[in-house]
Parts: sequence; C-alpha cells; structure tokens
Amino acid sequence: MKAVKTGWDFFRDQILGMRWLKDLVGKLLAKAGLGEGRFPGEFLHFFLYDIIKIFVLLAVLIFLISYIQSYFPPERSRKIMGKFHGIWANLIGALLGTVTPFCSCSSIPIFMGFTSAGLPLGVTFSFLISSPMVDLGSLVLLMSVFGGKIAFAYVIVGLVIAVTGGTIIERLHMEDQVADFIRQAPNVEVESPSLTVADRMDYAKNQVVSTVKKVAPYIVAGVIIGAAIHNLIPGHIVRSILGKQTWYAVPLATAVGVPMYADIFGTIPVAESLLAKGAGLGTILSFMMAVTTLSLPSMVMLSKAIKKKLLGTFIGIVCIGIIIVGYGGNVII
Amino acid sequence: MNIKVIGSGCENCDKTNAVVKECLEELGIDTEIERVTDLVEIVKLGVMTAPSVMIDGKLVVAGQVPSKKQMMKILKK
Repeated sequence: MKAVKTGWDFFRDQILGMRWLKDLVGKLLAKAGLGEGRFPGEFLHFFLYDIIKIFVLLAVLIFLISYIQSYFPPERSRKIMGKFHGIWANLIGALLGTVTPFCSCSSIPIFMGFTSAGLPLGVTFSFLISSPMVDLGSLVLLMSVFGGKIAFAYVIVGLVIAVTGGTIIERLHMEDQVADFIRQAPNVEVESPSLTVADRMDYAKNQVVSTVKKVAPYIVAGVIIGAAIHNLIPGHIVRSILGKQTWYAVPLATAVGVPMYADIFGTIPVAESLLAKGAGLGTILSFMMAVTTLSLPSMVMLSKAIKKKLLGTFIGIVCIGIIIVGYGGNVII
Repeated sequence: MNIKVIGSGCENCDKTNAVVKECLEELGIDTEIERVTDLVEIVKLGVMTAPSVMIDGKLVVAGQVPSKKQMMKILKK
C-alpha cells in the first residue's frame, strides 16, 4: 500500500503538480538575482510557474479529451439519452454533458436538436448545466492544483446540481417556455461520419491548437490576477471577506462569478491563490462553478431559445445549487 | 453532387468553406457550395455542431474545420 501511496504522491506532485518546474523557475530567478521573498521575484515565480504549468497541462489534456470526445458528438449523445427515462435520463444527460464537446456558441443548436428529438426538457437542462460546469479537463486540472479529494468533490456536486436542476425543471412543466420556432423544428436524425484513428488524432490536434488560441488570453489574465492576489493582497483582507467565517462570502463569490465569462482554465489560478490566502474552500468552489456555468454571453444566447420565465428558473436553480455547495463545502471541509 | 457547408456564420465556417472550395477546384469538380447558416435550417438537417459538411445528404464532417488532406480524401470517394 505504501508503495502505491508514494507512487500516487509522486504522480500528483511531480507529474500533475509539476513541483520540479516550480523549483526550476525558483532557481533560475534566484540566479538572475530575483530571489524569493521580495516583490518582483515572488510575483514572477508564481506567474512563470503557473503559466507554463497550465499551458502544458492544457495542451496534453485537450488532446486526450478531444480524442475521447470524438466518440461522443451531440448527435450520438442525443440517441443515447433518448434510450433512458426518468432520473436515469437526467443522470445520463449530466454524464454525457461532461464528454460532449461543447462551447456556449453551440448551446442553441444543441438545445434545438435535443428538444426537437423529443428529449424531455429536464434532461436537456441536466446536459446544459453539466456540460460547461464539469468536464474532464477541469477534473484533471483541479487534481493538479487542489488534489484528488477536492477534484472529485467538485465533479460529484457538479453532477448533483445538473441532475437535480434538470429534474426540478422537468417537474415545473415549462415546455411552453421554449421558443416556438424550436418546438416546431422537425426531428431529423443523421448518421455521424465514421472516423478512423488518424481522423480522431487530427481532430484532437486541431482542438488543441484552436482551444489554446481561444483561452490563452483568459489564462494569462487569470494567472496575472492570481499572482497579484498571491503577492499584493494581504491574507487578512482575503480572510475577512472570503473566509469561512464570513456569512456573505458564498453569495458574494457567486454573484461576482455569474456574469463573468471565463474558461475553467483561467479561473483556477485565481481560485488557487485565493485559497492559499485563506478563502474558504466552499467559497472557492462556488466562485469557479459560477464563472464556468453561467455567463452573460451564454444567457443572451439562451434567451433566444427559451422564454424569460424558464431562463430565470434555470439561472435561479443553478445559483441556489452553487450557493448550497459553497456553504456545504465551508462547513464540511 | 450537392455540397452543404453548415454553420451559422462563425469564423470556422468560413475556413471550412475555403477548404472545400479549394479542394473542389483542385479536383476539377464543378459544383456549387451551398451555405446553410439559418439555425432552424441547420436543425432541420439534423446537425447540431458547426462547422459541418454534408455531401448528398450524408454528414461527412461534423463539428470541425476539415484539413485539406481530409477533405480531399472525402471528395475523392
């Protein structure tokens, strides 16, 4: 057992966490006369280490994930989801949400496609909640930064919110809240093109390039903010605003996170440094979930497909779920 | 041959269109490329990801910009 644990610790610290890179950057900076402890040196240390780590992980992860995702185009997920009923359909929807390639720009076609195929509204929403909130990439990145326990906690509560949220929306019977043009869309099934291994490799490679290009500015911004928090903002201020003891920390983190549009990869460095400065873990989870799941652009997009009442319900349910996770996390962990 | 490039006017759809056009020219195939950009029309085709390419009603590229090599292979069939 001990050997397994040592092996796992090594994997987590050195492979996922890239501790060696942190040491290397530290040594190089010390050589350049910018040792630890003083302002520019420590800022640079956090910045360089984090940015290299995230980009390397990002490239490797997107490749692996895209390869897996190439087996689950939404057309196929839709067929799989159609085979299940009741809460199982919601669970399958939430799980497929984690492996189906998704970006906010494709939420409308997916929403329309699912609805026109006769999938229950609740199942579609389970999918729409889990898809941006929980994906394979966030699982591995969270593991690298916060460790396995927190990563699994994040994924599990994310799935719980997706399943419960979808189930509640189902119970509310808001089918009339879907825009008319979607309800009238005919159901057409097409065969997805069959892909060879080389095709999938190609797809994964292209995804790496386009994703890195797309999220790079968010990551750089995230790491700069993270490094600034890490070095310029005193711990007691973070603790007093976002600490476990502050009752309004969780709703505040959620309210700040909801309108923001950022990728989970850009959010993690900010979360990491806030946590190190004494913010409550539940508060941090709320912040990350709020940023990734809801954003102004995605709301504007969805408002074209669903009417106000349903949009409000959707946002409300997700926010309440995120806030419960925050308080729960602060109490338990 | 009926070729549809499907996607609601994103940058990647333009890229896909360009790739298809280039391949057609190179292979000397004389046919129009039909752009499908209206969301309702896209859903009517049963497609949920953009950019996609459909040839004679068969989905050959889904949710990605095809490389030139890939597109040539598809068109030669």
